[in-house]
Amino acid sequence: MCPSCAGHHKAQPVEDTTELGWTPGVPEPEDPLRWGDKFPKGAAENLRNTQLRRNLRYATHKIRDKRNDRVAEMPDWEELRDAASAIKHQTMSNLPELLEEMERNVQARGGIVHWARDAKEANEIIHQILVEKQVDEVVKVKSMVTQEIGMNKYLADRGIKAWETDLAEMIVQLSEDMPSHIVVPAIHRNRAEIRAIFANRMDDAPADLSTDPRTLAMAARAHLRKKFLSAKVAISGSNMMIAESGTLTVFESEGNGRMCLTLPETLISVVGIEKMVPTFKDAEVFAQLLPRSATGERMNPYTTFWTGVTEGDGPQEFHLVLLDNGRSKALADEIGREALHCIRCGACMNVCPVYEHVGGHAYGSVYPGPIGAILTPQLTDSMDRHDPNSALPFASSLCGACYEACPVKIDIPTNLVRLRQRVTDANRGGIPDMWDVAMAATSPVMASGKAFDAAGRAAKLGRIVAGKKQRIGALPYPASMWTGARDIPAPPAQNFRQWWKKHEEEK
Amino acid sequence: MKIALFATCIGDAQFPQAPQATVHLLERLGHEVVFPQSQACCGQMHVNTGYFKEALPIIENHVRTFEPVLDGEWDAIVVPSGSCTGSIRHQQKLVADDAGRTELGKKAQAIAGKTYELSELLVDVLGLEDVGAYFPHRVTYHPTCHSMRVAKVGDKPYRLLQNVEGIDFVPLPEEKSCCGFGGTFAMKNSGTSTAMLADKMTNIASTKAEILCAGDYSCLMHIGGGLSRIRAGIRVMHLAEILAGTKDEPWVSPSTNTTLGV
Ligand code: SF4
Repeated sequence: MCPSCAGHHKAQPVEDTTELGWTPGVPEPEDPLRWGDKFPKGAAENLRNTQLRRNLRYATHKIRDKRNDRVAEMPDWEELRDAASAIKHQTMSNLPELLEEMERNVQARGGIVHWARDAKEANEIIHQILVEKQVDEVVKVKSMVTQEIGMNKYLADRGIKAWETDLAEMIVQLSEDMPSHIVVPAIHRNRAEIRAIFANRMDDAPADLSTDPRTLAMAARAHLRKKFLSAKVAISGSNMMIAESGTLTVFESEGNGRMCLTLPETLISVVGIEKMVPTFKDAEVFAQLLPRSATGERMNPYTTFWTGVTEGDGPQEFHLVLLDNGRSKALADEIGREALHCIRCGACMNVCPVYEHVGGHAYGSVYPGPIGAILTPQLTDSMDRHDPNSALPFASSLCGACYEACPVKIDIPTNLVRLRQRVTDANRGGIPDMWDVAMAATSPVMASGKAFDAAGRAAKLGRIVAGKKQRIGALPYPASMWTGARDIPAPPAQNFRQWWKKHEEEK
Repeated sequence: MKIALFATCIGDAQFPQAPQATVHLLERLGHEVVFPQSQACCGQMHVNTGYFKEALPIIENHVRTFEPVLDGEWDAIVVPSGSCTGSIRHQQKLVADDAGRTELGKKAQAIAGKTYELSELLVDVLGLEDVGAYFPHRVTYHPTCHSMRVAKVGDKPYRLLQNVEGIDFVPLPEEKSCCGFGGTFAMKNSGTSTAMLADKMTNIASTKAEILCAGDYSCLMHIGGGLSRIRAGIRVMHLAEILAGTKDEPWVSPSTNTTLGV
């Protein structure tokens, strides 16, 4: 900005934001669980965005390293993971009873419980409450589940503005974008981009806005403070519900959550039915695993627990909206049930090399990365090849880093493979694609030593393609998917078993 | 010991130097190696691509071929691939059970219990960390995801390499990140795979190594193909190839020095 204006005017808006090198945002889609192209196409687009790749690499490596340090100092990390996994197994086996227990306890403490079968029902319930309260704006704590149901858009279409108060969510909202990570929603942006977004879109952005993180955070703080003080209703998600006491929790870093959960008169919490633990004691295990896995902190700065309403303290009206949206169907399924163990820490995303290169938007769902690749197709029931979400189980090299990092020990790679099988089986009988043909043709060859030997000898033909340099550099489609960037060495003059025969004779 | 070799499909057809070096090494160490002729593939490619039905006959063949190990005909089965070892240990039973073939799954699991990746066989079963190898070159090592996280071979390959005489071993930065191969992933998501490969190659080049070593020829085919494309002048080699030779008797696989059209 012009130095002579410093301190006098608000920051100069930069007209054409695309010139700054940041991608235009992904507009809020009709279906937050299914938008955009099939994964390889979405990935290709993001791979071209070198700024995005730099941002992602920087951020994921930073969180990854911090997480590793915090995990390394825990002598009982593996035992904690086992405990968490066991608690989740137990919870899923008794989920209906635990939910009823939760409902009873919330009601006993003066709360109101609603059940929502799907996104539409949840949005209607929330909207109804807001109409009764006669408000046209609400403040929000960062909440994945309200992203999942597209609540902001639903309310906006009905004249109600939902203000995101989490810093990263606010950045995403101001840039009319979608989050690209479940813990770090603006992970795809760097400081310069954030400064540009604030300068352009925040009505009270200070004049001397720099790219210094502290300055940016202070600007956001001043901006948000006004919202907190005027809002009558707040909307939150919850990291965990505790059945035995009817308690909800939010684990957060910035204190915006604490503001939303304590200042407004009415609080509406929208929570997926799987976010449950049976007892307070169980919560202790997750309180150790979650912050370390999510942000590499020993403990997150703010942890809020609330149970119903308390006279003269905090919101005087409390609504709990329990959301199904495909979860009970997932619960009835072996893979889906394990996916529901997820505590949304994002650790699997931070270590995933695929995510690191393509970013969250490539997955076309609010749940990206490794867990998204199993959860999203489950929630949307996407096994048909024409459904873009059917490509998600294939969006992994199966390197296993996600399984290693997951604090609740979800075996993501195995579940990806099993989902691939479901996609394959669901599409049998139609016109076979390239893979159907290749897999069917190679199966008998690979199931017999004789057939395999014969095929191996025939492969010698490849030597002629390879030419003198013994390197195959360019082949037509579909082999071009390989030779686009990699040579294939020419097949050997003699396969192993031919050599073995000679070797045996020579002995 | 009498050791049955599972050469792996890619080792048999495309990269015989890995099983050849494995045979040479084990025989040099005084063991008897047998090669059951009916073997072909462990089924991993079909399983990982989602074709369980097509994988089943492949797994049946593998189990049939290596069943004699259960009757004590061989002491162990060796596999010069962490990835195939992992598939034998975790996928064969999964697919058999999924098809309702409990007996087959049990057998597969029992055979898996006698199956060792090369470095595991050397260190855990034969009790060796120094196999008397000589290899005077600058070498870096990529642990490959399936060796590391599925077969869980741990630091055994490093211990073996560090005991090689004359070797100039350089650690690979970000060694644990995936090279982007992932079987059919490399084709189905070739853009992402290539981007991951580029990072891996940058790290490899930074070591100034002459040779990139790994325990899986599948990943080596991918990385080697990339290195060849950019004319990096870095060769890929299987762990077995480095361990096979001695000072007195250097090992050169016939399959690495063949001429066209033989
Ligand atoms: S799958 Fe595991 S690592 Fe990934 S977000 Fe869920 S709990 Fe965290």
